[in-house]
Amino acid sequence: MSGWPGSALEGLPFKRTNTVAKFEELMFGTARLEELAEQARAETRKNFGKTMRLFAPLYLSNECVNTCKYCGFSKDNPIRRVTLKPEEVEKEARYLAQTGFRSLLLVSGEHPREVPAGYIAECVKKSVSLFPSVAVEVAPLETPEYRQIVEAGAEGLVLYQESYDRPAYAEMHVSGPKRNFDERLAGPERGYVAGFRRIGLGVLVGLADWRRELVALAAHVSHLMKVCWRAQITVALPRLRPAAGGFQPRVAMSDRDFVRALCAFRIAFPQAGIVLSTREPEQLRNGLMELGVTMMSAGSETEPGGYTGVGKERLHRTVRGREVALESSEWERAEATEQFEISDERSAEQLSLALRQRGLDPVWKDWDRALTA
Amino acid sequence: MPTEPWKIGDREFQSRLLVGTGKFPSVSAMQSALEASGTEIVTVALRRVDLTGHKDPQADMLEEIDQNKYLVLANTSGAMNAEEAVRLARLAVAAGLPKWVKLEIHPDPRYLLPDPIETLKATEILAKEGFTILPYINADPVLAKRLEEAGAATVMPLGAPIGSNRGIETRAQIEIIIEQACVPVIVDAGLGAPSHAAEALEMGADAVLINTAIAVAEDPAAMATAFRLGVEAGRLAFEAGLSPARREASATSPLTGFLDE
Repeated sequence: MSGWPGSALEGLPFKRTNTVAKFEELMFGTARLEELAEQARAETRKNFGKTMRLFAPLYLSNECVNTCKYCGFSKDNPIRRVTLKPEEVEKEARYLAQTGFRSLLLVSGEHPREVPAGYIAECVKKSVSLFPSVAVEVAPLETPEYRQIVEAGAEGLVLYQESYDRPAYAEMHVSGPKRNFDERLAGPERGYVAGFRRIGLGVLVGLADWRRELVALAAHVSHLMKVCWRAQITVALPRLRPAAGGFQPRVAMSDRDFVRALCAFRIAFPQAGIVLSTREPEQLRNGLMELGVTMMSAGSETEPGGYTGVGKERLHRTVRGREVALESSEWERAEATEQFEISDERSAEQLSLALRQRGLDPVWKDWDRALTA
Repeated sequence: MPTEPWKIGDREFQSRLLVGTGKFPSVSAMQSALEASGTEIVTVALRRVDLTGHKDPQADMLEEIDQNKYLVLANTSGAMNAEEAVRLARLAVAAGLPKWVKLEIHPDPRYLLPDPIETLKATEILAKEGFTILPYINADPVLAKRLEEAGAATVMPLGAPIGSNRGIETRAQIEIIIEQACVPVIVDAGLGAPSHAAEALEMGADAVLINTAIAVAEDPAAMATAFRLGVEAGRLAFEAGLSPARREASATSPLTGFLDE
């Protein structure tokens, strides 16, 4: 097989199951992409119908104690930072609910003091009356902390490993708790024990050899499907976008390979959710709507307060753990710095129109809090 | 030629085709498929609809289904255990839906296979509360009898996993369920072609439930018509008295012909 990634699972606690082998064959074998696309479309229709679930991210905070080479929120980046108060989160959530969303993803940088589990739980509580479905994408936590968040009403947990390649992981995560690879790797299982029903995995494409990363991700998915058998597993392959700090992706993945990867995931894991964010451009997102993707975001802002401008008056820089006021000239631009630039800038309404034009029904609500309340 | 009517509880139905409302490309495609199918019972996943009474326009599937024409059967999919399913069923009634529930408890989100233990528990609870319960089960004859004793109005054994379109892979077990059942048997899940539906009815099942095969067809209304015809053909054949299939050809000069001489 060309491009065979060899020992992708070395040092990882995952087995090369039949499903992983199947994924490898699909991804690196000789099948033509068009054949895979046809099969991926058929599997998606069978398992998810002609529908697309929509969600919106809401950033709580861009404070972070980690130094990560690729991330706009990296500790030493001199960016405008803020942590929203739970009331402000509610205001952002209300705005998103008004634009039509019923599925919310709360996102935050890692900061044990500014963004503790109790705060995240508070933000979840403020959101659940507006959103039947709330998920969180936050730093890995311990089981009791996760439980606090589940009890507040969240049902989904997103925790990307970023990279399954230990040397690349160590190189990218320069300092901070995120350096602990194994702690992060076991996070989804702690979340499952705490009661999360949906678990999102992913790699950040661009940090290490993506061939090996994909196989490791497939093995992680396969592993979780055995261990966390009641959870709905979703996967995402975000490709790195420009962000503050000016990091250049180490390796590029072509659109063709990216599409092949999504098709291979769909066929190897017919029932897994596949998430596609606004990092990818409009044309590619349109093409992928039918080929395996089941969840899309739209109209996304990737900075805290990005939707309604809340928290503006508290913008600051954080230098060695201390808040530093912005220069007076900076207040003109007064908004927090985003995590990354989005590419597809269509609103929720525009995206649902595009979905309908392709014969897909946008699904806003696919969960009811009564299930877990 | 009309087939015999049948009953769930005290309510009589003519159509033996139940239709699910998920996975359709649009509301209008769903509506025309329901119309073409001739169905009288449609299932709706409660997690897709608004249960707060606020008539959420982003979750308004119930507004799009004519409840004078169709009996809406609330489906508890998403529930992982009895407690969650019971809570959802009660909420549906509070939201104005009929006290009928398609009890679906599948903790495994991959194959959506039903949990027999939790399904029995939930049936026991909801039966006491006066619900008409249609439980989705694996094709397990003993479980079918236990549910019947617990007060289920029907049993709904699967032909194959939901959405798989593989047909009646559980045939031998479903034959036993049909043989033993005192309540209607509705074959649910996995039926991918009208011939599968016809097969279920020929076997003596009282009805079938179809969703994926209709919803994701290129022309859902045409496929709904095809399923309606398949169901009618199967039922007519059953009523007309199918000759039992034989493994070997039978001799045209019977071996016991001498008895008549």
